[in-house]
Amino acid sequence: MTNLVEVRNLKIEATTDAGRVVEIIKGVSLDIADGEIIALIGESGSGKTTVALSLMGHARPGCRITGGEINVNGKNMAALSEKERAKLRGTDIAYVPQSAAASFNPSSTIMEQVIEVTRIHKLMPPEQARKRAVELFRALSLPDPEGIGARYPHQVSGGQLQRLSAAMALIGDPKLVIFDEPTTALDVTTQIDVLKAFKSVMRAGGIAGVYVSHDLAVVAQIADRIVVLKGGEVQETGTTAQILSAAQHPYTRELLAAFEPKRRQAQTEASTNQLLRIDNVTAGYGAVRDDGLPLIRAVDSVSLLVEKGRNLGVIGESGCGKSTLARVIAGIHPAAAGDIVFDGKDLQRAARNRSQDQLREMQIVFQYADTALNPAKPVEDIIARPLAFYHRLDRQARSKRVDELLDMVRLPRALRYRHPSELSGGQKQRVNFARALAANPKLIICDEITSALDTVVASAVIDLLKELQRELGLSYIFISHDLSVVEAICDEIMVMYNGERVEQITPDKVKAATHPYSKLLFSSVPKLDPTWLDGLVRDPELVSQYGHR
Amino acid sequence: MTMARAVASRRSFLGHSYNLVGVIASLIILAWTLIAIFAPYIIPHSIGDIVDDDYFGPMRQGLWLGSDYLGRDMLSRVLMGARYTVGISLAAVAISCFSGVVLGMIAAVTGGWLDTCLSRFLDAMNSIPSKLFGLVVVAAVGSSIPVLILTLAVIYIPGAYRFARALAVNINTMDFMTVARVRGESTIYLIGSEILPNIIRPVLADFGLRFVFIVLLLSGLSFLGLGLQPPLADWGALVRENIGGLPFAAPAVIVPSLAIASLTISVNLLIDNLPKKIRDRDA
Repeated sequence: MTNLVEVRNLKIEATTDAGRVVEIIKGVSLDIADGEIIALIGESGSGKTTVALSLMGHARPGCRITGGEINVNGKNMAALSEKERAKLRGTDIAYVPQSAAASFNPSSTIMEQVIEVTRIHKLMPPEQARKRAVELFRALSLPDPEGIGARYPHQVSGGQLQRLSAAMALIGDPKLVIFDEPTTALDVTTQIDVLKAFKSVMRAGGIAGVYVSHDLAVVAQIADRIVVLKGGEVQETGTTAQILSAAQHPYTRELLAAFEPKRRQAQTEASTNQLLRIDNVTAGYGAVRDDGLPLIRAVDSVSLLVEKGRNLGVIGESGCGKSTLARVIAGIHPAAAGDIVFDGKDLQRAARNRSQDQLREMQIVFQYADTALNPAKPVEDIIARPLAFYHRLDRQARSKRVDELLDMVRLPRALRYRHPSELSGGQKQRVNFARALAANPKLIICDEITSALDTVVASAVIDLLKELQRELGLSYIFISHDLSVVEAICDEIMVMYNGERVEQITPDKVKAATHPYSKLLFSSVPKLDPTWLDGLVRDPELVSQYGHR
Repeated sequence: MTMARAVASRRSFLGHSYNLVGVIASLIILAWTLIAIFAPYIIPHSIGDIVDDDYFGPMRQGLWLGSDYLGRDMLSRVLMGARYTVGISLAAVAISCFSGVVLGMIAAVTGGWLDTCLSRFLDAMNSIPSKLFGLVVVAAVGSSIPVLILTLAVIYIPGAYRFARALAVNINTMDFMTVARVRGESTIYLIGSEILPNIIRPVLADFGLRFVFIVLLLSGLSFLGLGLQPPLADWGALVRENIGGLPFAAPAVIVPSLAIASLTISVNLLIDNLPKKIRDRDA
């Protein structure tokens, strides 16, 4: 036994509700040496999380480990009883989940939960465990390491919570830590702090790690080796430098290609037609004060202009008011002050006071296709409803148009009979988009529509959007926290911070941003270069002013 | 182990998977429904005829379930009782669930003062003890089948309303509701096409549960003498009028109790084991 982890010919099966058995992992083998961090990357559904969980001997409900060996620290996890596995979890192997917010118990303090592992396994007395926890908090560069343990999970930020869940994993001195997409839900500016903290702690303790992610740039910063998975099989294995510079497998190349910024060709003819103009719009939440403005202003005197056939990107961290801005424009959250002019006419602030045609011409597409599509209806009903509602098409015309719309968003026509739960994330987002197209809009507001998708799928969706724009002459307002996405599709980029517009620039001038927050934001986007994180020097004053640690 | 057993005990038919317990329960319910419909044609004796010389007679040939406290044929009375118990309860539960669910969905979608007024009013209704409410109504306007149905329905509307509203409020926060609102859809479309399909399963389960409550309340009212009036009798009334047979272990008191138990338990088991639609992509 030379390696810490040796997985040989692992097979995992799942049973569907019809009793059919599906093989999800088809003979995966991999090794992890002591202190080595490997990354499992692949699109959603490639089995990367399933493989990672199997290292703890765990298979999700409905799945079974049916073959192969999983040797971790000399013990075959697949052959142990559940009781023996439980003994190893937390002490030999630990797990950091994707959503720390959902993994903490809101009703007890952070310290209680972090040292719980030592209590369950009787590793050390509570006093000593608390001391150890504070050391870990310090190592993970959490603010106020002495006091943070006394707080409750809702009193710390998402990035802090993610680091606290790493502290929880590390307190039992594991030999192997499994990170399941721990930074996917974080802002780029926060992601950097979390990545840096993870990397330094892992390196200092000589702990081996498995890092599951679909973001190649993040993985490049932290992993020694990369294992590329697709369809439950290992496609390619290599050191990080090998994979990034000389990828062999077509899927890996596709992943890398998705990172190449594909700039939109700038519209040459200067279009002077205004499609949407908003002037000094203010909106927010909470009690309305004497001046007619709400107590908490999520959007503060923002003005913007969208021209026909051109796209505006709105970028900023979570909580900067960009989604509220989208909802204000669409009339879901009526503005408290300001004017919205659409296609030459003043728009009512609330959607219910706008005319049907005005509603039709401006469509909004939401981030989570899971909740934006009614799970109880088949795809054809979802897409056909705007056709019946706005265009009053009869059944046959609707059916024909649904086929055309499915073709337009590059989905097979047979998909129309499926329910949303039977589609992949990318397919759902396309259906979501097809519904907006069904209305024949002039402007589509895209609220983070690629954030829930993995890189390859997201870049395919972006390509589709560009193509549709060429064919149909649409305009988009593209809201995102991902600079590369916005760069790829927009003619103008507006940076928002704390409810205000701080800067508006064109994609080719991103390097020359003038506002300090834009500079911080643009420099925080991970690059495909493995030395990027270590070499990154950020102005500490900027970080303390704008970074949320 | 548990998984394997669960898979083995489910069979599939017409694209749905069934559970053995659910099938047995639905057969019992079906049998009682058929009896309720065809009772007048299959009873061996008229329900008012005294056919036995003795009261609380035992089970024997000709009188398969013995005789009651007046010597009437118990089999005929139980079969006819099914009619009233199943019929009245079904009508009451249909009214209460329909009004409760529709009001609940409207309140959730509309919100604001309508939601507040409806919720507080129905909460107030809910605070009146159900048996007491039944007693007062029957005492005031007398006991007849329409009065019984309406009283039972009104008693159970607040519960159905609360249940549906709680479910609909969750659905109402989903993005597809926002999309439909921004599209300019009417409230009727929102509740009928967007919300109802998503809450129909729990609502049906609630329907079944409420049916059981109503059967029991109706039996309770009849037991107190406030339900159907003689010579008509539902199962609850049958238990009450024959309660004197308890010391003799007369079938006359046991059989209607068993009838109530078999129906209510079957409905509960069916709700827990409703057929599941198989949505397997390739099968």
